[in-house]
Amino acid sequence: MNVLISLAAVVVLFLVGLLGGLPVLDIVFGILLPYAALAVFLGGLVYRVLGYARVPVPFRITTTCGQEKSLPWIRQAKLDNPSSIWGVIGRMALEVLCFRSLLRNTRTRLLEGGRLAYATSLTLWLAAMAFHWSMLVILIRHLRLFTQPVPGAVQWLQDVDGFLEVGVPVIYLSTLVFLVALAYLFLRRAVNPQLRYISLLDDYLLLFLLLGIGLSGFSLRHLIKTDIVAVKELTLGLATFRGVSLATLGTISPLFFGHLFLVCALLAYFPFSKLVHMIGIFLSPTRNLANNNRMVRHVNPWDYPVKVHTYEEYEDELREKMKAAGIPVEKE
Amino acid sequence: MPTPDEMAYYRQEELLEIDYRPPERGWMDTPVDFRRGSYIYPGKAKMLEILGLPNPRDWAVTDEDWKLPDNWKQIVLEGMAERLRKYRSFKVFMDSCVRCGACADKCHFFIGGGDPKNMPVLRSELLRSVYRKDFTALGKVLGKLGGARELTVDVIKEWFYYFYQCTECRRCSVFCPFGIDTAEITMMGRELLGLLGIYVNWVIEPVANCYRYGNHLGIQPHGLLDTLEFMADDIEEATGIRVDIPMNKKGAEILFVTPSGDFVADPGIFTCMGYMLLFHELGLDYTWSSYASEGGNFGLFTSHEMIKRLNAKIYAEAKRLGVKWILGGECGHMWRVLHQYMDTVNGPADFLEVPRSPITGTVFENARSTKMVHIMEFVADLIHHGKLKLRPERNDYVRVTFHDSCNPARAMGLLEEPRYVLRHVCNHFYEMPENTIREQTFCCGGGAGLGTDENMEMRLRGGLPRGAAVRYVQEKYGVNRLAAICAIDRATLVTVCDYWAPGVKVTGITELVANAMVFEGEHERKVDLRLEPIPGMEGEQESEGSGSDE
Repeated sequence: MNVLISLAAVVVLFLVGLLGGLPVLDIVFGILLPYAALAVFLGGLVYRVLGYARVPVPFRITTTCGQEKSLPWIRQAKLDNPSSIWGVIGRMALEVLCFRSLLRNTRTRLLEGGRLAYATSLTLWLAAMAFHWSMLVILIRHLRLFTQPVPGAVQWLQDVDGFLEVGVPVIYLSTLVFLVALAYLFLRRAVNPQLRYISLLDDYLLLFLLLGIGLSGFSLRHLIKTDIVAVKELTLGLATFRGVSLATLGTISPLFFGHLFLVCALLAYFPFSKLVHMIGIFLSPTRNLANNNRMVRHVNPWDYPVKVHTYEEYEDELREKMKAAGIPVEKE
Repeated sequence: MPTPDEMAYYRQEELLEIDYRPPERGWMDTPVDFRRGSYIYPGKAKMLEILGLPNPRDWAVTDEDWKLPDNWKQIVLEGMAERLRKYRSFKVFMDSCVRCGACADKCHFFIGGGDPKNMPVLRSELLRSVYRKDFTALGKVLGKLGGARELTVDVIKEWFYYFYQCTECRRCSVFCPFGIDTAEITMMGRELLGLLGIYVNWVIEPVANCYRYGNHLGIQPHGLLDTLEFMADDIEEATGIRVDIPMNKKGAEILFVTPSGDFVADPGIFTCMGYMLLFHELGLDYTWSSYASEGGNFGLFTSHEMIKRLNAKIYAEAKRLGVKWILGGECGHMWRVLHQYMDTVNGPADFLEVPRSPITGTVFENARSTKMVHIMEFVADLIHHGKLKLRPERNDYVRVTFHDSCNPARAMGLLEEPRYVLRHVCNHFYEMPENTIREQTFCCGGGAGLGTDENMEMRLRGGLPRGAAVRYVQEKYGVNRLAAICAIDRATLVTVCDYWAPGVKVTGITELVANAMVFEGEHERKVDLRLEPIPGMEGEQESEGSGSDE
C-alpha cells in the first residue's frame, strides 16, 4: 500500500514536472520552483540544526565499543572508545565516511535446538556506502553545469567516473552504482517481511524519488537527449542569479523539467523527512562524546536540586537500632 | 502444575517455536496481549507514596481501567515536550531513524521471542509515532500515512508492555549507524509513564527501599551488620581467618560500595565474602556504609530525577565519613550510573582525593574527577604489581567463561580488566563466541528491573542468546562456571543457565580471586567460599568435606 502510494506520488510529480516544457510554465518550473525549493531546503536545514543545537546534552552517554582508557598498561581502543577530542573526531569520521557501525552488522539465525548463528552481513553496508558515495560523485559532477570555467577537479572526477568508456556519451560508473544500490535498497525493504513491516511511506517515497531522479537523469544523457547548451545556460543563470532568455528556456525538453522538478521535490521535502539523519549523525550523543566521564566532569545546564533522604533523617529513624548493634552514630 | 512464573512451566520445544514473520495486520492496529509470564505487576501505592510520586493507587495490568488521571493525555504530551527541550538525545533520536533494520535482530527479546515490537526500531516507533502526530508538521497533515498516530490509553498500555520488555542493554545502539540508543528511548518512555503513576513494583519497591534504608532490599543497619557477620563466620570456616567489618567508620581511607544483591543471595554473597577477604589481606583502611549500602541504582530504571535522588547518598556519605576516595564492587547498571551520571548529577566531588592505591601507589587518573574506582581496575592493578599471592590451581575444577555485563561493556568499556584478573586466578578460561561478548555482549534478559519471576517467559526468551552461547562453550570446552561482574547477572543468569545450559553455575570474579588467594595465617584450604570441597585438595583422610555436611 505504502509502496503504491509513494510510487504513484513520484509518477505524478514527474508528470507535473513535464509541464515545464510548456511556455510560461517553463519560467515556473525552470526558475521559480528551483529557487523556492532551494530556499526551503536551506532554510529547513538551518532551522533543524538550530533546533537541535538549542537542546542541551545533559549527560555524557557515550556508547563504548571497545576497551576504555584505564590503567596505563591496558591498551585502549582509541577510536571505538575515545577519551580525547581527537579520538572522537576519528570515531565520527569513521561513522560519517565509512559507516563504521553498520560495518559491524551481523545476521542472526536460530538453528535447530535453540542454537544461534551469527554471520557477518555486509550487503546493507555495501549498498549504503555505494548509494551515498555515488550520490556524492554525481552531485560533484553536476557542478559542471553551475560553473564556468569548470574546475579542474570536477573535470578530473568526471574523467575518472567515465573510465569504462562505454557508450556515447560515456556512461558514468557512479550512475550505474547509484541506480543498482537504490534498486537493492528498495528490494530489500519490499521483500524482507520485517523491513516491510516497519517501513513507512517516507521510506518508499524517498527511494522512488531518488530512483526517479536517477532514471530521468540517465535518460537525459543517453536516451532522450536535450539541448545541453541551453540547460547549461539555465543552470549557470540560476547559479549566478543572472537569469536566462525565454528563447533558451523554450529549447529545453520536457524531460529535463521532469528531472528538475523531482530534484526540487526532494530538496523541499528533505528537512521534513528522515533525511535529516544527515544532521543527526553528527549530533548523536552516543557517538560524538568522549568516554572520559570519570576524568572530566560533564555539566548538566538544567540540573536542579531534588528531594533526598538525608543521613540525619536516616539516623533519626534508625538510631536506637544502630546503637544497639554498635554502629557509630552522629547524635547519641 | 507449574505456573507461568516458574521455569518448569515452559517447555523448550514450545518456547523455541519462534515465528519471526510479523503478523498481517499493521503494528499500529495490533493490540497488546497481556499474557501471564510476560509482564510485571504494577507499583504498589505505598511505594509511590514513600517517594512522593504522582497518582499512587492499587491497580492491575489486566484491569480495563488503569485509573489514570483525567488529564493524562495532557500530562504525557507536556512531559514529552519538556523532554524534547531537555535532551538532545531524545530529539535527535526521534528524527534520525531511517528504519534500515540493522537493529532488528540485535535485541535478545526479538531473537528469543520474535515479537516485532521487540525490534528496537519498532520499540522506538511506539514513541516516535506519537511524536510525529503531536510535534511534527508532516505527521499532523499525513496522520497514519506519515507514521503518526493518536495517543490513546491503548498506546499507554503498549508503552508499558514494551518499555518494560527492554533491558536498556544498549546492544542495538552499537549497531545503529546513527547511534540511536534504545535505552534512552526506553528511559524516556518509562519517565512518561511515571508521570501517570505507572511503574512496576519490581523496580519501584527497591527504589522506595533504597530511598529510605539505603539499599534496594530494605536491609536496616543492624541487619546489614548481622548479614556481614554471618559471612565472616563462613569465611572463617573456609579459611581460618576472622575478618573485621568496619561499618560507618569515620576517617577511613576508602568507602566501599557494592550492590545489595550481594548481601543476601547465592551466589552474590560469595563475591561479597571475596571482597572482605581481599581487603583484610591487603590491610585496607576501608569502611562499609549502612546509609550508602547500595551501589546499584534502580533510579536508572525509573527516571533521571530518581537516579539523582538515590545516588546522592554515595557522595554525601563519603563526605560525612571523611574518606579519601570510593571503591565500587562488581555491578552492571551501578557502574553506568557511577560512570556516566554520578559526577554530573551529584558532583563535583572536590572534597575527595584522586584515587590512589595504598598498596601499589598507582594513581587512577581515569577516575580523577569522579573519584570512584572499579574493583576490577583495583584488583588488576594489584595483580599487575605482583601484590597478590595467587594459587590459580585451586580453581582448576572451575572451567570458566566470562559474561560481559551490558553496562560495563557498552557504557564504560571495562573489557580487559576482568579478563586479566580471570586469567591470573583461573587456569581454565574460555571465551564465548565473539558476537556474544565484549561490546556485542548479550543481556541476561533480566536487567533494567525485569528480573522478576512473574516475567519468567520473557526472561527465558531474552536469555536465549546468552544461554545458547554458554551452552556452546559448555559443550566445546566443558565450561562449568559463568563469571559475571554484575549482581543482576548473578541473580538472573542462574535461571538462564539452569534453563538453557544446565550444569553451569554463576559466579562473581572476586569470589574466584579469593579462592585463589593465599592469605596470611590461613589454615589448609579444603573448601572454597561456597564451603564446597575443592577437588584435589580435600585431604586424603577425610571422606566428607569439612564444612559441606551441615
